[in-house]
Amino acid sequence: MAAAAAQQKIRWGELEEDDGGDLDFLLPPRVVVGPDENGLKKVIEYRFDDDGNKVRVTTTTRVRKLARARLSRSAIERRQWPKFGDALKEDAGSRLTMVSTEEILIERPRAPGSKAEEPAASGDPLAMASKGGAVLMVCRTCGKKGDHWTSKCPYKDLAPPTETFTDRPPTSDGPPAPGGPTKGAYVPPTLRGGADRTGDSMRRRNDENSVRVTNLSEDTREPDLLELFRTFGPVSRVYVAVDQKTGSSRGFGFVNFVHREDAEKAISKLNGYGYDNLILRVEWATPRPN
Amino acid sequence: MRPILMKGHERPLTFLRCNRDGDLLFSCAKDHTPTVWYADNGDRLGTYRGHNGAVWTCDVSRDSARLITGSADQTAKLWEVSTGKELFSFRFDAPARSVEFAIGDALAVVTTDNFMDHVPTVQVKHIAEDIDDQTEESALVITGIKGRINRAVWGPLNRTIITAGEDATIRIWDSETGQLLRESDKESGHQKTISSLSKSLDWSHFITGSLDKSAKLWDTRTLTLIKTYVTERPVNAVDISPTHDTVVLGGGQDAMNVTMTDRRAGKFEAKFYHKILQEEIGGVKGHFGPINALAFNPDGRSFSSGGEDGYVRLHHFDSDYFSIKM
Repeated sequence: MAAAAAQQKIRWGELEEDDGGDLDFLLPPRVVVGPDENGLKKVIEYRFDDDGNKVRVTTTTRVRKLARARLSRSAIERRQWPKFGDALKEDAGSRLTMVSTEEILIERPRAPGSKAEEPAASGDPLAMASKGGAVLMVCRTCGKKGDHWTSKCPYKDLAPPTETFTDRPPTSDGPPAPGGPTKGAYVPPTLRGGADRTGDSMRRRNDENSVRVTNLSEDTREPDLLELFRTFGPVSRVYVAVDQKTGSSRGFGFVNFVHREDAEKAISKLNGYGYDNLILRVEWATPRPN
Repeated sequence: MRPILMKGHERPLTFLRCNRDGDLLFSCAKDHTPTVWYADNGDRLGTYRGHNGAVWTCDVSRDSARLITGSADQTAKLWEVSTGKELFSFRFDAPARSVEFAIGDALAVVTTDNFMDHVPTVQVKHIAEDIDDQTEESALVITGIKGRINRAVWGPLNRTIITAGEDATIRIWDSETGQLLRESDKESGHQKTISSLSKSLDWSHFITGSLDKSAKLWDTRTLTLIKTYVTERPVNAVDISPTHDTVVLGGGQDAMNVTMTDRRAGKFEAKFYHKILQEEIGGVKGHFGPINALAFNPDGRSFSSGGEDGYVRLHHFDSDYFSIKM
């Protein structure tokens, strides 16, 4: 208190030699080296210590920005509220809130020109039957499609190939799309990203030799189809649609022959062929060429 | 994204609502007990016990202090959000369906169904700041709508009340006098029951979802039809993103398709559309039953959906949602 009172009325003539507290004007000024890109800030001050020596004090601080706080102040308060109602008797094992084990994506709609358009384009009775949403009826013994029910056919009990035309192909499987949003649509190799377009015309012909195989069993994979179809001629590509979630085959696949005649032969020989306890349906993938 | 599944309700969900700050999510279901959850991780905070019937809608005041719920037990109740205590109960002659606080939280609009001989009404109630002053009297009662009113909301500056319901017509009423100001056009409007209505963040436009498998975007002041979003399923719930040009539709299933339901479970999806281009951006699957409720979080970075299966699914968007190019 006395010191404070004394400081109020400073008379320079009355100052003692080592009363350094009031001689701050002798010290260099305070320097602040502001926060640099790392957030470091230096404050350099000068003062007199107890012995009257000039002392330089350097204070280094790092200014760090906290992670962006998402919650407002009132939201943080609400976080502290005690539980009420039915949540009171909630124990740790009640597991009301769980994070999904599956990864869910925003599934983009398929671009036009993808598989779902094919039934409309094929125009044969097969497609017309499927357009009505009815289950496809194919008589496999005589091979007439959509014409009559296979009541007398020995294979009547087998499940018809559902969900080939009526259902949309799963969006999570399928060859990598050409960088665009069409996940799961079958994209011919020519249109894929990184496709080699030099052999274009040859490959296009190849894609017209594409054969669609349906009513595959769950375990069927590409090697099985390859083995089955290679007897008819060189096969350039096989593909089996697989459900990413379950790992089983979606029941259909495609085989690309190098030669058209081989594809024709395969269709005529394998359509209706019994494979792994199911009757295969083999036909052209695109609307019947020629 | 990995949605957070919240199974707090035994019965189908009816409505979802986020508070203004976006940290709380309120869910209403047919099981009589509205529930509040934390919107970031889905932890349940509490439940509001007191209703004896399905709870159809709810709304929370701007300061997240009060909750109002409308229920089939012919009451609308005011609750204290933090403790679950029931503050007040408005009694009606018919099930209360839609509730909403006005701006300023001093008024609330409540609709009642056409139950037995009673016509459907839209009622405006005063909400007193001090709960001891709360009375049941109505500031305004609007009658004159034939079908059930599914949603009634406040228009900009509380000047108007917008109603939509079973007769597929949207009507704008003056909130002071109760006079009918505008009606939506029969030709261009919905053709079947309007199941849901949701306003944009600034209340300048709103979206309605209908059982006619479409959702429509309207101007709040002039009731001009701005956009139409077409889908393949009847729409039960709609919402507009507060930050991006996106709307979301959630729906059910046509009765005639029930036998052809995909054997893979979890196929019911919430469909995202670009608000302006009207094109579908994509769908988010996962619900085991029709989706009855949708709500975007006010920060636009997450949304929740409530289904017939009793689950609430809370999704935090991945970065690819924000960079989607149409």
